[in-house]
Amino acid sequence: MLNNLKILYHQGKQYIPDVTKAKVPGIFRGRPVISAEKVDEEKLLTICPTGAIQSSPVSIDLGKCTFCGECAFAFPRKIRFTTDYKIATNDRNKLIIHQGQDVPVELDPALIRKEIQDMFNGSLKLRQVSAGGDNSCELELNACSNVNFDMGRFGIEFVASPRHADGIVITGPISENMAEPLQICYDATPDPKIIILAGVDAISGGIFAGSPALNRKFLENNKIDLYVPGNPIHPLTFINGVLELIRQRNG
Amino acid sequence: MDYISIKNNGCIPLTSIPELEYEKFLASNVFELMSETPNHCVNYYGFPDNGKIRLICCIANDETHLIHVSSTVVVPGVQYSSFTAHNLAFERFEREIHENFDIAYHNHPWLKPVRYAANRVEKTKTIANYPFYSIASEELHEVGVGPIHAGIIEPGHFRFICNGEQILHLEIQLGYQHRGIEKLFLEKKTLLQRTILAESITGDTVVGHTTAFANLWESMCEFKPECDLQFSRTLALELERIAVHTGDLSGMCTDIAYQLGSSVFGRLRTPIINYFQQWCGNRVSKSLIRAGKSNFPFTQSLASTLTEVFDKYEPDFNEMCAELFRMPSALSRFEKTGVVSEADIRKIGTVGLSARMNGVNRDIRLSHPHDFYHEIQHQPIVKHHGDVYSRAQMRRQEIGQSMGYIRNLMKDLPDINTNRPELESPQPNVFGISLVEGWRGEICHCAITDEKGDLRHYKIKDPSFHNWLALAIAVRNNEISDFPISNKSFDFSYSGHDL
Repeated sequence: MLNNLKILYHQGKQYIPDVTKAKVPGIFRGRPVISAEKVDEEKLLTICPTGAIQSSPVSIDLGKCTFCGECAFAFPRKIRFTTDYKIATNDRNKLIIHQGQDVPVELDPALIRKEIQDMFNGSLKLRQVSAGGDNSCELELNACSNVNFDMGRFGIEFVASPRHADGIVITGPISENMAEPLQICYDATPDPKIIILAGVDAISGGIFAGSPALNRKFLENNKIDLYVPGNPIHPLTFINGVLELIRQRNG
Repeated sequence: MDYISIKNNGCIPLTSIPELEYEKFLASNVFELMSETPNHCVNYYGFPDNGKIRLICCIANDETHLIHVSSTVVVPGVQYSSFTAHNLAFERFEREIHENFDIAYHNHPWLKPVRYAANRVEKTKTIANYPFYSIASEELHEVGVGPIHAGIIEPGHFRFICNGEQILHLEIQLGYQHRGIEKLFLEKKTLLQRTILAESITGDTVVGHTTAFANLWESMCEFKPECDLQFSRTLALELERIAVHTGDLSGMCTDIAYQLGSSVFGRLRTPIINYFQQWCGNRVSKSLIRAGKSNFPFTQSLASTLTEVFDKYEPDFNEMCAELFRMPSALSRFEKTGVVSEADIRKIGTVGLSARMNGVNRDIRLSHPHDFYHEIQHQPIVKHHGDVYSRAQMRRQEIGQSMGYIRNLMKDLPDINTNRPELESPQPNVFGISLVEGWRGEICHCAITDEKGDLRHYKIKDPSFHNWLALAIAVRNNEISDFPISNKSFDFSYSGHDL
């Protein structure tokens, strides 16, 4: 018992005091900024492993981007990745970053259903479904609840059963073999419920897009409430995105 | 000769691999090679060749540092005598060959589908109607868990047959994570795309799998990676080991409801993976390893930062371990739970932690060294009880060992080469093999190129492919409530298995 208390004392405070303002250490690749610099756009396009880059003018789709950073290495004056991790949004189009655009990625309040802020602000229970995920987004979603990021302080928690959940968080490109379990899990979640796509694989299929081993029909039939880009997602991207989705808005 | 012997990261003309009659192929691999203790199978798979199927078997000798490669040609639909009837280590390999190519075996115990792959022959069989082993008895009941589990983990289905609270039998059904990744290696044509695929095989072993891919690709291009590339890969492999082992100790504390251990080990993982972010911009080290180059050279300032990280990590880690490993309530859950005997390990052919946990010294860093492991003189940590406690102890000690290796490596940083030639394309019509000791165990990637030097076939084997059966054996006669701690203590990969 005494030893346990000693360990507690030695550990001190580990949580990030303000997750909305925390700085990420090192050279994190978050929201990119694209300059007006003239470059060989054809070459730029062929570098991108997932076709996330479009030309004239250049844009990057964060829903397809694997954040490998190779475009920025090849054309450092054209593309620069900032450490801005707040890149989650509820509007698929807002994931596309255009040339010359250097503003935060935000949610569109008009797209947020009224019951989301009425019912989930202050308490949101989520059921996670890994559908072909490579376990990197899963590790980061687990990290959201550790003592550093401590997402539980906002009443946001992952629960064991879809019956206890207010929504599902999907990771992975949705394999054919997980298509039915995913549907069953979603159906078992009581209304009203939300769907969050976490990571590039879930949002667009990522590097797996087009594989015959996938079945992404679920996404055609359901409305997505939040897109969280990343490969894997950063816990701060996820937490800030969810907080923005459920926060109380006036009017 | 019945086989050609090559070293790790060796690359040979495809035609130099002896092609044997099937019966001779079986006798050579099963009765001769596998009857010697230092030998174990690192890969056995098939690929389409002129309308037939060519099987390639790779048996590694852990003492001579050689890999013995042989092949045969088989025809779909024809009945063959199975390897598995004589050696259980081939069980899953033959099931995969049967599932993907319709090769029949008359004496295989049960040719169940491995992962219901998109490229399977029998499309009418689906994952929803998997043929589970069952026992008709009024005394027994079945418990089904998954594919979606209670926590945030990958999907898989566990079917228990229980006698009251006691597990009589467990069958593990996988395949839910199948994304067709091996086929994508052929369809995606750029090196970067293939590297991203390698990083996505399993996101908890990014360094391990990407190193295997990079080493294999470079060997096929006849590119000898310079010291700085090898140095980074070795250091990153050991760092990944520290990160995941720490996280696993946290998970094991969670599963015995020891909150303090769970929190402290959980938060100790954070500075290690944050260090990866400082090094390469990604917490799971995606983008760090690249064939033929590095975008993130390891500098003196990175070395100083890592020393600081370790200096803070070590006292906290040691204090937490000292408490956990002497606490009776923890030890009573760890000791004699989830035991696998040495005999069973040898029979199943497990690798990595799951071999070293009970007397089987199987470690690629020692037996088939690559990168800087030639210089490290690695001495594997081997335990002798095969229980949860052994697996916990190994993690604790391997973390200490890895930190020691990294500290030693950092005493002498290699010069960073800033003027590297571009990689040429791989040689035509070659076979290459790469073995890497990831934190779980032995990773094996094999590739074959066509006449133009493009990929003709790519084969990935995660250590979990050998190891999953060990979990099913370990939990027999345990209480079902001990299953989570057993499962976590192994921590096998679903995505690495399902591909």
